Amino acid sequence: MADTAKIRFEAAGPGGKWGRGREILFRLSRLWAWVFLGLMIAFFVVAVPVYNGGSVNFLTVRNSQNILVAITPVLLLGLGQTFVIISAGIDLSVGWVMSLASVVSALAVRAAFNAGVPLFWSVVISFLAAVAAAGIVGFFNGVIIAKLKVPAFIVTLGMSFIVRGLGLLWSENTTVIGLPPGIRAYGNEALFYFIRGEGGGFYFFAPPEISGDMLRRMDRILPYPVVITAVVVAIAMFILRKTQFGRHTYAIGGNVEAALRAGIPVDRRIIQIYMLSAVTAGIGGFVSTLRYTAGSAVIGDPLLLSSIAAVIIGGVSLFGGAGTITGTVIGALIIAVLTTGLVMLNVDAFWQFIVVGAVVIIAVLIDQSRDLIIGRRKPGRA
Amino acid sequence: MDPILSIRNLTKRFGGLTAVNKVSWDIYPGEVVGLLGDNGAGKSTLIKCVSGVYAADEGEIYFAGKRTNYQRPIDARREGIETIYQDLALANNLDVGANIFLGREVKRSYLGGLIKTLDERKMLTESETALNSLEIHFPTLTQPIESLSGGQRQAVAIARAVYWDARLMIMDEPTNNLGVPEQQKVLELIRKLRDQGVPVILITHTLPDVFAVADRLMVMHRGRKVTEKTTAQTNTQELVQYMVGALDDTKVN
Repeated sequence: MADTAKIRFEAAGPGGKWGRGREILFRLSRLWAWVFLGLMIAFFVVAVPVYNGGSVNFLTVRNSQNILVAITPVLLLGLGQTFVIISAGIDLSVGWVMSLASVVSALAVRAAFNAGVPLFWSVVISFLAAVAAAGIVGFFNGVIIAKLKVPAFIVTLGMSFIVRGLGLLWSENTTVIGLPPGIRAYGNEALFYFIRGEGGGFYFFAPPEISGDMLRRMDRILPYPVVITAVVVAIAMFILRKTQFGRHTYAIGGNVEAALRAGIPVDRRIIQIYMLSAVTAGIGGFVSTLRYTAGSAVIGDPLLLSSIAAVIIGGVSLFGGAGTITGTVIGALIIAVLTTGLVMLNVDAFWQFIVVGAVVIIAVLIDQSRDLIIGRRKPGRA
Repeated sequence: MDPILSIRNLTKRFGGLTAVNKVSWDIYPGEVVGLLGDNGAGKSTLIKCVSGVYAADEGEIYFAGKRTNYQRPIDARREGIETIYQDLALANNLDVGANIFLGREVKRSYLGGLIKTLDERKMLTESETALNSLEIHFPTLTQPIESLSGGQRQAVAIARAVYWDARLMIMDEPTNNLGVPEQQKVLELIRKLRDQGVPVILITHTLPDVFAVADRLMVMHRGRKVTEKTTAQTNTQELVQYMVGALDDTKVN
């Protein structure tokens, strides 16, 4: 006989049989990066003036923006990497992809401008060239990983050498210079200016004809690299949270078997994920070309590990399936605030590495203890 | 009544081993049929031939009257043959709605289809409908299912299959690793599926499960079908003898 009673499952997880204490602990462990960032800023706000006898402050407009500008390349690399790591992969090629894109965008803007293309359109061409070069590299990464089933670690490691070679060849092993001088403004000017004191005021774009004295009193509120990065952050957030592509990225990282059974085009998604990763790195290369008015075949290399560190501090699980763009932004901020703060405390620069390294390990420890709290078993793979 | 699934003289070999040996079997709409046998009896291989994982070496399979030739499991799923394995088919990091719509997400279009976003609200309400149709009640649908129990996850997988109009449900050891109350709930779900006219093949070692929900059963031993009975016709001792090969209807004693 049909049993028409409702089949009731009791609550499990947060709010259910867990109890209050465990739930609070769980929620705290998810927010720890915010808490840590807040505490760190509070510490530097107090410590920096004390150390410098009150003459230097940490939370000034200029310093905040230095921090923001400093994180843009790390963040651009980290954004794509966030997708890759959520899908349970890794992309070791992004540092050299950024370098290659820097060289390509510099060569492109120089060639276009010298051929008589107006400055603005030369910059557009430069952007498209950087994105295309990076996208092609990402496409090959993705195809080899998805179709030929070579582990991502190996493919992207190999690709990083290939791309490094290409960048050095195309730049003829020197910095690509002779770029149109006008592009300097694209990389270094800002949206919104504020000039303190006499004759000052608020400007939307760079104020024309300005004295050296006023220049010293001027703050650039939102430097263009920060604006570009903010736009990319917003797009990445939208893609990860709101689109089918983002949902599939989580599904592939959570259980690739289930994703396949559900009919998700896993191979195509993996190719797209690695292309996205390369493209955000490519934008990083483009921005660095604008910023330094030169293309460099070595600019991205030191940033790779910092970007992975930012992603991990931000709570993206290396096992895949978990993480957010907000987390990665926080992770990048933590690294930049630490670095800047330590410099302002006159701590030897090499201590930055030691502290950042410790924070990465602590972040993963906290991530693991969260699994202990909710009683989840780790998948049996490294 | 015509069978929904009809297997004719199916044989599958792996090298020198004949995993499934000339098995013929019919499943009718609205019945729960147990598939029994010891480890290595050929149950899983038989089912994998039906669900498109393996291609049979000899014999035919007809589904809803049509001869099947599935190349991949997804082909079988598109026809409505849903196989539920424990833990394998769900993404534990996603919520109930995301899992029910996994790979078939509902989207909203903006700017003439240029931008498409996930329609979370639609997926959530539809998931509620699917769970309600099976009278399953969850306290919340919006947390990752890794925080759910094994039985609850099983229920999500079943609800997903029903929502997407499964015409034949194959369940592999659905009560394994579950606590007793959860086992009862899963068995209740199987009864509900039958009441809605969805036939279920229940692969299991657990004889009490078979007596609790199955209308008929089939026992395999070393790749061959050794008996086929209605549940009312048999008892535990007899079934064990079939499973270990002591009894065999195909042999004349």
